[in-house]
Amino acid sequence: MSDIDPTLAARRVAVRNPRGRASQDTPGERALAELAEQTEVGEVLLRSLTRAQLLLAARIFAVFGFFLLGLPALFATQPGLADYRVFGLPLPWVLLGGAVYPALVLLGFLYVRQAERNERDFVEFIERS
Amino acid sequence: MRSPVVLAAVVASTIATLLIGAYGMRVARTTSDFFVASRTVRPMWNASAISGEYLSAASFLGVAGLVMKYGVDMLWYPVGFAAGYLVLLLLVAAPLRRFGAYTIPDFAEGRLDSLVVRRLATTFVLVIGWFYLLPQLKGAGVTLRAILGTPYWAGVVVVGALITANVLFGGMKGITFVQAFQYWLKLTAISLPAIVLLLHYKAEDAARLTAPVSPTFQTETVVDVSVDVEFEVDGPTVLRLRGTLDGTRYGAEAPPVTLAAGRHTVTAGAEITFPAGSPAPRPVGQPHVAGDAWSRPFGAGSSERSHPLFFTYSVMLATFLGTMGLPHILVRFYTNPDGRAARQTTLFVLLLLGGFYIFPAVYGALGRLYAPDLYLTQGTDTVVLALPGRVLSGLGGELLSGLVAAGAFAAFISTASGLLISVAGALAQDVFRGQVTDFRRGAVLAGTVAVAFGLLVERFDINVLVGWAFAIAASTFCPLLVLGIWWRGLTAAGAGAGIAVGGGLASGAILITMLATPGPGWAEALLGQPAAWSVPAAFFTMVVVSRLTARRLPAEVAAKMVAMHTPEALGLGRNYRE
Repeated sequence: MSDIDPTLAARRVAVRNPRGRASQDTPGERALAELAEQTEVGEVLLRSLTRAQLLLAARIFAVFGFFLLGLPALFATQPGLADYRVFGLPLPWVLLGGAVYPALVLLGFLYVRQAERNERDFVEFIERS
Repeated sequence: MRSPVVLAAVVASTIATLLIGAYGMRVARTTSDFFVASRTVRPMWNASAISGEYLSAASFLGVAGLVMKYGVDMLWYPVGFAAGYLVLLLLVAAPLRRFGAYTIPDFAEGRLDSLVVRRLATTFVLVIGWFYLLPQLKGAGVTLRAILGTPYWAGVVVVGALITANVLFGGMKGITFVQAFQYWLKLTAISLPAIVLLLHYKAEDAARLTAPVSPTFQTETVVDVSVDVEFEVDGPTVLRLRGTLDGTRYGAEAPPVTLAAGRHTVTAGAEITFPAGSPAPRPVGQPHVAGDAWSRPFGAGSSERSHPLFFTYSVMLATFLGTMGLPHILVRFYTNPDGRAARQTTLFVLLLLGGFYIFPAVYGALGRLYAPDLYLTQGTDTVVLALPGRVLSGLGGELLSGLVAAGAFAAFISTASGLLISVAGALAQDVFRGQVTDFRRGAVLAGTVAVAFGLLVERFDINVLVGWAFAIAASTFCPLLVLGIWWRGLTAAGAGAGIAVGGGLASGAILITMLATPGPGWAEALLGQPAAWSVPAAFFTMVVVSRLTARRLPAEVAAKMVAMHTPEALGLGRNYRE
């Protein structure tokens, strides 16, 4: 990046605490400093957050992958599905031409809600410990 | 199609776009800077802008054309175009915004501290950007031909020059408002005519879409043949003709001709009149589009492509994973004030794209019923433009034709301008040495190269070209972004090797397909849409080489992880690239 000593840069970041609490000894400050200075404790804290977010993404992916990646195989092995009609239209057309999109939005919505919850929990945890 | 109303609509929308761009440049230069600085761009606004820039000729014209030609299987393209944003949301949106990278080369350099990886990333920004420009220019060529009857090359050159000039004089650059307007224009232009068309659609026609019959002319139809074409008819077909058929010249007063079943050749310049009820001929080499095969998964497309199931999965992988690597999209995420807004913006994008992608299939299906001559003239990519005029007569038809034509223009002008800015920016920053004049030089070079190659791609379907651009993006930038964001162990050597291997394999396969056109078999399937194997190869190379060079981790990895993943509320963020 630059010729600045990394630990120095990190310490400088720690000072930029938005709540501007004066004392380094309040509980929230300590955890924040661990994160900012990337100590081993900070590392563990951060991993807990990234792991939670990755697990969440993996869960959404599992649902998404199961249905979306499953569909072509299903259509290929069960050609009779094309004879089913929904509102007068063949089932594959209804699924691919319309139903997929609300499903994508729903999955996205569930992800955003839980990802934000994970982050709020993380912030609260840091501020309490 | 060739009506003054349509022409006026296109000219008006183009001038409006250019004027808003140029005028907006003056007022909005400060406003848009102000937006970024004061962080007041609302996610809905920003999402409209992203969707406006994203919905290109491929979405507006290409999807409907492919559906008309090959049937339901082609709906995987729009599904993939939208689903790519779910993947982007899950893995990239918030951390990338928090990292503060403006472009992919910026991310590569900031995350990995390597100029070599930066240059490699720039190379593929150019490759992907140019590749994605080709289908936009093809869209311009066929649209202008449909509206004005100009030759293909004229549309490519005129629109290419227009876009280059637009970028050169600073129009559209970074203005959220213009792109947001483009989304709503395109949504109106595709949805309103579709709804009117559906109201005129006769329910008894529905059966013919799924019955084992060829598309048939509903009314007497006059077809102008602008390119020589060899076509097949299934049974004796009666038609009237002025021009040259199978080497014989027919004059204006010639009696009707009866074609025997089999192959025939018609020469450019001919005018064929098909009586109502006549089956539509199809060019040699195109799939047999009987309704039952067309309407079923792995039906019509299967008879043309080798291993259609593999092809479908490969297209899915390319579009799902390629979206995040498109150079003109990432820039827009930077206008989000924080990671949280980046997520919400992406969610809105999913909503807006879903709302749009319901409509192209309508044109594809109705085109099969009401515009079957487009099979013969190989103009299925123009079905969206042609359909309103075929179904509705009089001023109503002309007005709706004008609306779709304006939408199509908006589609390729907005996407192509965004791409050209990305390509010119990459050239200016990394190839020439970043000054304003260099950006202009970059724009001229980028536009010229795009037009030169755009002239050569007339025979490729718009969406197939776009699918290839996605495949290259998925094989290079998807692993770079995903591993860069989530894996501490990524090294510069690993990232560079992965990009080179994935990008090299994908572009090589595509070049072979374009130049050599492999015959049926696994070679055609594997080379025709390489994402299914080139993406895993890129990931594998990145991980293995990073492990082998694990002692050379980039500096400050831990601090970068903190910056990317911790919420802004903690105040630990720090832009690694300004």
